[in-house]
Amino acid sequence: MNLVQFVEQNTVGTQVLPVFKAGDTVAVHYKIKEGNKERIQVFQGVVLQRRNSGVAETFTVRKVSNSIGVERIFPVVSPMIDKIEIVNRGIVRRARLFYLRTAKGKNARIKQKRG
Amino acid sequence: MSGIIGKKVGMTSIFSADGKSVPCTVLEAGPCVVTQVKTVESDGYAAYQLAFGEKKEKNTSQAMQGHFKKAGTTPKRKLVEFTTFESALESGSTVTVEIFEEGEFVDVVGESKGKGFQGVVKRHGFAGVGGQTHGQHNRLRAPGSLGASSFPSRVFKGMRMGGRMGGDRVKVQNLEILKVYPEQNILVVKGSVPGAKGSFVIVEK
Repeated sequence: MNLVQFVEQNTVGTQVLPVFKAGDTVAVHYKIKEGNKERIQVFQGVVLQRRNSGVAETFTVRKVSNSIGVERIFPVVSPMIDKIEIVNRGIVRRARLFYLRTAKGKNARIKQKRG
Repeated sequence: MSGIIGKKVGMTSIFSADGKSVPCTVLEAGPCVVTQVKTVESDGYAAYQLAFGEKKEKNTSQAMQGHFKKAGTTPKRKLVEFTTFESALESGSTVTVEIFEEGEFVDVVGESKGKGFQGVVKRHGFAGVGGQTHGQHNRLRAPGSLGASSFPSRVFKGMRMGGRMGGDRVKVQNLEILKVYPEQNILVVKGSVPGAKGSFVIVEK
């Protein structure tokens, strides 16, 4: 086995995240450290993309807060992710949903999977 | 100074305890064989000669074959001398990554990647002209003046100019050791290390 892969396998946590992809609406429960205290912040929005692979994999979540678009990028293997809830499964036809940044009105909606 | 010889395997990242992604380099280090113990009486100075990396016998000169045979080992590719180890070593004994501990700081020596013939902007960090307007044309990355005029009527020695870059011996100091895997002979150091993947590096303590 490649020694880089060996190190990666031995250093990432055992946390298993649910399967999600671009277009899904997720709520990321993220641990935030303030001094010695730790609290959990929820960031809910649409997944715009997943990029890179292995330990470098990240995903971008976009939400609109007070009519201002906010995007956050999370590493998939980050130990600071407490859990990820999947709110909705979306039906989209591409892997990168950057068109949502400029889309307005009906175009900015994503069809939901039923059930 | 003690240390070990290794090979750069590649880079990855590790999450620290406070959730930060830390870039790190994976090194395959040792086990190194002590091929010669130099003493003040016989050699004029004291040192341990360590060897690492397998080499074919047919590619090894007769003289070196005899040298390795004396230490009771197979021919090795890279030989490096270190002055002191915590305990005295004997010829033929091995040095492994176990001499390092996690959290320790080390220096790593490698040969930087060859960059070929480079201009002064990349090679010496000159700023270039910096603008493309005011009638400037084709001097964007030029070095500018090389000196004064009739005095001294020559360019001083050591004037920084374009030329071959890279392929130098580079030492990076104070890299933290993040992980040690003695079974796999792996050292993981924080940050980057000079050289290409697969090139030899010297980890100094």
